[in-house]
Order: sequence, then C-alpha cells, then structure tokens
Amino acid sequence: MSEILKLHNMLCSKEISAKELTQKYLSAIKSLNPDLNAYIKISEDEALISADIIDRKIAGSEDIDLLSGIPMTLKDNISTKGNDTTCCSKILEGYKPIYDATAWQRLKSKGAVHLGKTNMDEFAMGCTTETSVYGSSKNPYNKNFVAGGSSGGTASAVSANLAVYGIGSDTGGSVRQPASFCGCVGLKPTYGAVSRYGLIAYASSLDTVGVLAGNVADTAVVFDRIAGFDPMDSTSRPDFSPCAFDFLDKDIKGRKIGVPQELIDRADEDVKYQVLKAIKIFEDMGCVVEFFSMPSLITALPAYYIIACAEASSNLGRYDGVRYGLKAECFESIHQMICKTRSENFGDEVKKRIMLGTFVLSEGYYDKYYAKAQHLRQELKAQFKKVFERYDALVTPTSPKTAFRLCEVEENKEGSFNADLCTVSANLGGLPAVSLPCGKDSRGLPVGLQIIGDKFMENRILNLAKKFEESRGEFGLKDMGVRFDV
Amino acid sequence: MYKLTSGFETHVELKTNTKIFCSCSNGFGSAPNTKCCPVCIGLPGALPRLNKQVVEFAVKAGLALNCKINNLSYMDRKNYSYPDLPKAYQISQFDVPLCYDGFVELSDGKKIGITRIHIEEDAGKLIHNDEDILIDYNRAGVPLIEIVSEPNIESVEEAKEFAEKLQLIMRYTGVSDCKMQEGSMRCDVNISVSESESLGTRTEIKNMNSIANIRKAMEYEVKRQTEILKSGGKVIQETLGFDEKSGTTYSMRTKEDANDYRFFREPDLLPIHISHEDIEKIRRTIPELPHKKLKRYVADFGIDKKDAELLVKYPRVASFFEEAAYGIKSSKKVANFILGVIFAFLKSETLKEEFDLKISPESLRELVLLTDSGKLNVSKAKLTLEQMLLSGKRAEELLNDDDLRGFDDDSLLSLCQKAIEVNPKTVADYKGGKDKAIMALVGFVMRESKGRADAGKAKEKLIEII
Repeated sequence: MSEILKLHNMLCSKEISAKELTQKYLSAIKSLNPDLNAYIKISEDEALISADIIDRKIAGSEDIDLLSGIPMTLKDNISTKGNDTTCCSKILEGYKPIYDATAWQRLKSKGAVHLGKTNMDEFAMGCTTETSVYGSSKNPYNKNFVAGGSSGGTASAVSANLAVYGIGSDTGGSVRQPASFCGCVGLKPTYGAVSRYGLIAYASSLDTVGVLAGNVADTAVVFDRIAGFDPMDSTSRPDFSPCAFDFLDKDIKGRKIGVPQELIDRADEDVKYQVLKAIKIFEDMGCVVEFFSMPSLITALPAYYIIACAEASSNLGRYDGVRYGLKAECFESIHQMICKTRSENFGDEVKKRIMLGTFVLSEGYYDKYYAKAQHLRQELKAQFKKVFERYDALVTPTSPKTAFRLCEVEENKEGSFNADLCTVSANLGGLPAVSLPCGKDSRGLPVGLQIIGDKFMENRILNLAKKFEESRGEFGLKDMGVRFDV
Repeated sequence: MYKLTSGFETHVELKTNTKIFCSCSNGFGSAPNTKCCPVCIGLPGALPRLNKQVVEFAVKAGLALNCKINNLSYMDRKNYSYPDLPKAYQISQFDVPLCYDGFVELSDGKKIGITRIHIEEDAGKLIHNDEDILIDYNRAGVPLIEIVSEPNIESVEEAKEFAEKLQLIMRYTGVSDCKMQEGSMRCDVNISVSESESLGTRTEIKNMNSIANIRKAMEYEVKRQTEILKSGGKVIQETLGFDEKSGTTYSMRTKEDANDYRFFREPDLLPIHISHEDIEKIRRTIPELPHKKLKRYVADFGIDKKDAELLVKYPRVASFFEEAAYGIKSSKKVANFILGVIFAFLKSETLKEEFDLKISPESLRELVLLTDSGKLNVSKAKLTLEQMLLSGKRAEELLNDDDLRGFDDDSLLSLCQKAIEVNPKTVADYKGGKDKAIMALVGFVMRESKGRADAGKAKEKLIEII
C-alpha cells in the first residue's frame, strides 16, 4: 500500500494538516535521531513553511500533487539553495549552494516538505556512512549495525519512518545497498533518466540520483516526478518521459528473468536462501527463470573502483579553499594553501581514493589501469546488451551480505569493497536497478533483492518489484517513527 | 650555419554570444565576477553544456585554414590545479580534435601546416594587489580554439607572416577579433636551432601578446640558443617568458616540473557529432578570404599590390572599400582616398582596425563620382573628405554651387595667361631652369579660381603656354 497515497488522501480529506504531519515527523526525528544519527541537519522552519503553503492550498480547495505536503529528506550531496550541503565532509563546512539541484527543484515545485539533510559517507565514498564527518548512522533494525552507505542516513531515516521517502545518490550501489540493509526500497535509475544537475559529483559517468521509500509504489511516484530531460545535464536523455506508476500493476506472466550464477554463488548462505526463495516466488507468478553465467560481473568490481576513483580525483580537485568551503588558515603560497586545505579537511577514505584515482590516470599507468578498466566496462556493456535480448530483467542479491556490525569494515577493508559486488555492474552499464526487501537473515537483519533492467526500463523492474511485494506480502517498515494505522 | 625550426600554438578567443559551457555572456571588459554562474565558477554539482555556436565557429575557423573536420570528436578533461581554474580541470579536446590537417599559405607559396584545432575553455584571471591575490572569473569559460601548427616555420620572417596571416584569416571569418593586446589571440612559440638536419632541443615562449614581440622574442631566442650551441653547450627544454622591457626571455619551468595532465574523456558531455551537411552549411558562411581578395583587387580593380595589401589587411576597410567602389569605374581613386585621406585621419592601428567612421561608403562614392564628372577637382575633394570625416556630413551638404560649378578649359586658359602676365619674374625663373617655379604659378591659378581649378591641368596648361 502506498504510504504517499494514504497520506495524500488524509491531507485532502483534512484528516490531518500538512503542518501537523510535518510536526509529527519533526518530533519523531527529535526523539529517535540522537540514537540513529540519520539526519545531520534538520530544517524545521523551512519544513513548516512548506507545509503551511500546502495547507493553504488545501483550504482553498486547490488541487495538490501526490507529493504535496509529504515530508521527505535529501542526502547531503543534493544541492539546496541557501541550505548547507556538505557531502558530510569537513571541507564543505558552511557551504550553501546558490542553486537547487534539478531533482530537488522538481520535488519542491510539487510541494514536497523537506525535513532536513541525511547522513552519508564523505563524498559518497563508503558503504557504511562511517566515513562521514558526523559519524555513522545506525540500522533501525539493530543499532549495533550500520545502515549501509553511502546513502545510509537516508535509508535509516526512511526505514525508521523519519521521512516518507528520501532522495539519495547511487554511484556503485549507494542507494540500493543501504536500502537492502535497512529493509526499504531503493531505486537506482538509468544513467540519464534523472538529471544530475546539482548532485555533488563523485564519479560523473556512474553517478545517479535515486529514490528510497518504504514500498515500490511510493518509489515509482517519486521517480516519475524527478525523472525526465533536463537541459542543464547534457547526459540526461531528451525523449524520456517516465510513467512507472502506471505500469506497476501490469501482468508479469511470461516475463523472462535471468539469474547470474556468479552473484548467487558469492552470497552468504542467509542471503542466498532468501534470494532463491524470492526467485521461486517469481516462478510461482508465472515468470520464466533461467540461471546463467556472466563472468564479466565479477571483473566489474575492480573496473568500477578504477573508474570511480579516477573520476573522483578529477571531480574533487575543485575543493581548494579558493571559492567556497573551508580554507587552511596559515599558508605562505597558493600551492601551500591548496595543499593544507585539502590535507586538513578531507577524510582518509577520500584521500585514499583521490590518490588511487590520480595514480591510475598518470602517465605510464593509464594504459595499465584506466584504459583496461574502460575496456572491461565496454565488454560488460556489450554483454548486458546480449543478456537483455534474452531476459526482461536480472534478479540478484543486492549485497552478498546483510548489514555490517559497526566498525566491522574498518577492520576488514576488502570485505567492504566486496559489498559492492552485486551493485556496481548496473552503474557501469548505466542500467536501472531496484533493491527491495525479500526476507531477513538469522540475526533479524533485512536481506535485499535486486532487479536489474535494460536501459530506461524502470517501468518493467518496478512492475516486477511491485508484483513481488504483493505476492510475498509487504515487508513493512520498522514499527517506529511516524506510523498511521488505517 | 644554424637553422631555425619553429612551430606555433595559438589560442584564439571566439566571439560567440555566450560562454562555451553556460549561458553567461561572453565579452571583454566588465566589473570583476559579474559574468559568472554556478557552471563557469565550477560550483559543486554544476554541469557543463556545450554551446553549439562554439562548435560552428571552430569548424568555420578550421575550414578557413584548409582543415579537415572530424565528424566525431570528444571533449576531455585536462587536470591541473591553479586558483584561476575553478574546477581544477580544463575541459578541452585531447586525442580527437574538431579540426586537423590544414595549412596557411605564405606569400611565397610555402605552406605552414596546421596540425589540429581544438575547442576548450579559458581560465579566470589572477589580479595581484599589494597584499592580496584576487581572482576575476569573468574569463572562465570563455570559448577558445587552440591552433597548433606544424614545426615547419624556418625564419623569423616566416613566423611573422604566419602569425599575421592567421590573425587576418580569423578576423575575416568573423569568429574572433584576434586582438593580441587584449588577449583574444595569444601565441606560444616553439623554437629550436640546429646545425644538422636533425632537430635541436626546443624551448617554448609563452603568451606572446603582439606580433612585434614575437619577432623580438624569436630573434633573441635564436641568438641565445645559437650562442649556447656554438660554445659547445646544450639547450635545456624549458618553458620561457618574454620580458618586453629587456627584450630577453627568461625560464618559467623546465621539463622536469612539467604537469602530468591526466587527460581522460569528459564524462559530463556527449561526443560531438557533425554531419557532412552541417560542415557544408558552415563552409558556405565563410566570406571571401584575404588572399583571394588581394588577387581580385589587383586583377579586377587594377590596384597596386602594395595598396591592395593595405586594404585587405583590415577586414572592415576592405568591406568599406568594396561598398564604396561598387558600380563605379574609378575604384583606384576610391582606394587612394581611403589609403590617403582616411588612413591619415585614423592614426593608430586600432583605429584602422575598428574603422569606425562617421561617413558611409555611399558618401565616399558620391564624392568620387563628383570628381569623375569633373564637377570637383581632386584636391578640393580631398579637403572635402577631411571635413566629411569630422562632421559626418555628405559632400553636397559641405559644397556650395560655386564649388560644384566646375571649371571649364576656357576659364583655365585665361587664368593661366593671366598668371604668366602678372608674374614675369617667376616665368623667367622657370625658363632659367628653376623647375619648381612653375608651382608658384599653379598656386596663383588655384587662388584665383578659389580652388575650383584642377591643379594638374593648370600645370600642364602653364607649361604649354610658356
């Protein structure tokens, strides 16, 4: 059941005012956030003003959009005019953009109520939010576990009902993996479906603006409103008009689903068990499931890290203290000012990736690393093209593991790189992919199921996701935060 | 004997309406940081979008320089860190430029190869104050083309002619003002000297801001390198600056501290596709280029080559000349009026380049036609033209009926006879061999006729009578 639709009806029937709704969320945030650390900044005044505008529209019997008055959150790398946008990095402390990101601007124009910015790994580099300058967000299912990352704060907030939905970003799994860890739905759209304008770049050829919500229908509602051509982003597709919501209830009988054996084999037992069970449900619904082998899904991981770091090393060059953000206080030359500003204000993970990226692009190493990674990417894309001639969608685990314990990744870095194993291919291929909960592991932590589609086939994967959700029975968010029982 | 080898890398600012990746206006001279937006100051999250006009202008420039055009080319990032570069990378073109394989033909027929032309963005400007360093980002994102020549320039004279031709062709295409003093054309000159066939170690002189300086810097650098080699030393590969005051070059950086630019494809922009049809459409917008114009002026108008070169040197002068000379026989006279009276009036190079006159080409044509019909003599016409240039008035507004009555041969004859009668001493001087004395008699005729007589005719007539 769509939470957004339910709240929209309540607003329209004046069962609750937008202001009351917003206040409920604000007070839930105040009581739960100290534990969860999902939000890093709460925009109480702004949220109440937005809600008030919607209330006046309702009072005036004006038509309102489904998203009008619905409280939501933005990941801290989505630019908001006049409002701190820091990528949870010290280097952007106090930075207030002078323009709105397109995705946010579109939601704002629909009357969305922005509750505040949610936590993330610094510059989206990480899979736990533990690289955030604000410390890590906690998993609402168990506070000893991480919420995942990099959109971990957003996932934590949605999962704990501290926002109806959130806008995150996904470069290698940063929407889907935390959604999977926190038991909510996360959509990474096709590259070019949603404008990246105003999303602070990590790796430009992989970055996408995505949606996190409590269920598939809400995800579709939000996606339909943020997607579509934007002249400000040259890589956004001119002729794409999203209509995922209208396709949700289409019959899926006869749909062909491919399951890449490599990704099943590499998952933990608990995860494998739940995913295979989910696959069975698709078969029961009349889909044709076929296991197949696609080795390039495995070589995708190193290719991803090389490309992402290379682009990041370039994208993050601009943080030099000259125009915005923090600047080193004492320096004797321009060169020293830039060096000190960056050394003092970037975290270790960011520095590591900048150095790695600089290295793989350097003379003498470019061919060995970057060119090779690009080659693997082309190969992967070619294989995806063939695969989607055979299948309507691919089903995989979202993550080989369920949520990590706090600090676990710190002790085992390699494990954290592998956490992206199932998700990075969709970014390298520019494909849409959605993660939705499909069960729990033995510790009671959610397991995520990933459905990958062909380019601009959000309709199709969300349709499959919705049917699965119905058939399996809605997973339901944690019984915390703002709950309405109808 | 040491032989010079030189190649040019020339940056030309394109005169498009807006910047290369955003809609900020593109123009010289505004208050600092007033022509900026999130895109050109590289705010986090802002994305570039390629200005179509930049591609068209660059293709136009390429075609005018006889280049081939790549139907598919790419934008790349050139990474380096400096406060005037807002994103810490310049969006440029690396391995697949828009244009390649062209040439500029020198007057002796030698072709200087153009290796490639690519498009890129300019950086901002650092302004050094007493204590602070300030930055003006108005120039950040101004579109540039970089024109890279083959290293087959073999003398300072060739270099000078190449730079002048390049500048002129760019001005004719209208893609740039190419004002070196304002920085809308900047040359980096690569130089090496060698005694043998193999090339010597080269140095690069950066950011030359006038053709005169290119010449001075090259002459100095050739001398410097030759002296090093003669004394058995080695030239170091380095980047040099040119100090105008002392006329010498100085080292800016050596090869060792050269940047590794870590080029890679710009992921924020799509590849550039240009169809053959688009290229042909652009080709049709290229006006007649200077070398063709020059030939035509000499062949069709009978203008001396030297004069024709002067007319062609300034695109605005050439177009004014052609309009003024349109449909009349005495185009040579039009050229003389422009090169004589108007050029004397426009004293500086800049004024000639701008050619911003108060009179129209039609006014000049009218004036020339008055002299053709014999209504006005040439010397009076020249005086009139000077007044026209000052006032912007047309010839007929400045001349009265008396001036325009003309002066018939009978009147001239009687005035000449009068001159001889009244000035017997001067006549005697002339007869005694003082050729110049005749001019005093001509002066008399001119005074008596109030300037209406034709001085040339008067002189002939006087000599005839005497």
